[in-house]
Amino acid sequence: MIPAGFEYYAPTSVDEAVTLLHDHEDAKVLAGGQSLFAVLRVRLAAFESLVDLGKIDELRGIRDDGDALVIGAMTPHSVVQIDPQVFDHARLISLATATIADPQVRHRGTFGGSLAHADPAGDLPAVAVALDASFVIAGPGGRRTVGASEFFQGVFTTAVGEDEVLVEVRVPKYTGWGAHYEKFNRVAQQWSIVAVAAAVRLEGDTIAEARVGLTNMGSTPIRATAVEQALVGQPATADAVRAAAERAADGTSPPTDLNGDADYRRHLASVLTRRAVLAAAGTG
Amino acid sequence: MTRVTVKVDGSSYTDDVEPRTLLVHYLREQLGKTGTVVGCDTGNCGACTVHLDGRSVKACSVLAVQADGHEVTTIEGLATNGQLHPMQQAFHENHALQCGYCTPGMIMQSIDLLAENPDPTEDQIRLGLEGNLCRCTGYQNIVRAVKAAAGGAK
Repeated sequence: MIPAGFEYYAPTSVDEAVTLLHDHEDAKVLAGGQSLFAVLRVRLAAFESLVDLGKIDELRGIRDDGDALVIGAMTPHSVVQIDPQVFDHARLISLATATIADPQVRHRGTFGGSLAHADPAGDLPAVAVALDASFVIAGPGGRRTVGASEFFQGVFTTAVGEDEVLVEVRVPKYTGWGAHYEKFNRVAQQWSIVAVAAAVRLEGDTIAEARVGLTNMGSTPIRATAVEQALVGQPATADAVRAAAERAADGTSPPTDLNGDADYRRHLASVLTRRAVLAAAGTG
Repeated sequence: MTRVTVKVDGSSYTDDVEPRTLLVHYLREQLGKTGTVVGCDTGNCGACTVHLDGRSVKACSVLAVQADGHEVTTIEGLATNGQLHPMQQAFHENHALQCGYCTPGMIMQSIDLLAENPDPTEDQIRLGLEGNLCRCTGYQNIVRAVKAAAGGAK
């Protein structure tokens, strides 16, 4: 099918994009389009205008900024997936990105687009929450930075306003941490029913620090703080990790849908957390 | 209408298109490149896979205006001087098609796969073709063809 008609704008700077969004009612940002075109084609959504960020060079690329990596919002998944800096300092992102959709979608889909879309079953939001990323957002009043916990506000809803653009994401470095993204789905290129993003720092055989994020266990990605606290100081053994992972679903209200009910998702969260943490610790 | 200039299969085209025109519709209906097919309306099937600046994309998930100033290769641009591309030849020799509908997309994605990983394992081939569905479920021979093409390229 063919999308409903729209005006198309392709600004070459962030300021120009913000002005276009500000001046046009019912304008939508177009990043990689891999989720947007799916809904436009079947006319689940229609917009008066699309503002394509594809021609803004500033939004693409990955740079080292001392204690953090800065990933441009329009950097395609296929670039993030194989970037050596990301692999060295934020491996969880490399691993989760490799599980997104399929190669064709990863060539077009973008890091920032996926985060700003905020699909509860999307893979990157839980990773961003686990790694405590922060988000640089440009609007008519200038730029502001928002932490991951405030960025995700609900299903398909983030702190990015209608006349704002996500510019880049700052990810603190987790150099030397083990990481694993454990994704559970039924068939190829399917969305996560539940997934768990885990990163751990070992001192000897002991877990010194842990970060755990949950995908599709609620309307926003969730940081499993109870698991993180239970892991710290424990040996990275199957028994210790299993005990901590029991707490993965604490305080969550997972959805019920055709893929599984809430209880099933709570069960999955615990099983997948155990697998993810053990794999991240290199003992899975 | 927006004016676009796109290089497709080696030839340059300048056309006026509606912004909502998907690349696949531009290729098929405006340029007559019907070798690239439309298989679904969801972005799942991969039948419309083409190369945009050398990388595989689903032509149903790109606007024609986004291809302005860029280069597209379709299944119709693979053969040179009547000689099939090695991947086309490998699909032919391994009978890697039944109804043939998914074949253009499968071949375009397989070429992308080998460009990234010239010597893939069977698992890597299957993962690399994750975005392409064969509703005849003829995957065995498709995987065989990609392996053969990889071997031939050595």
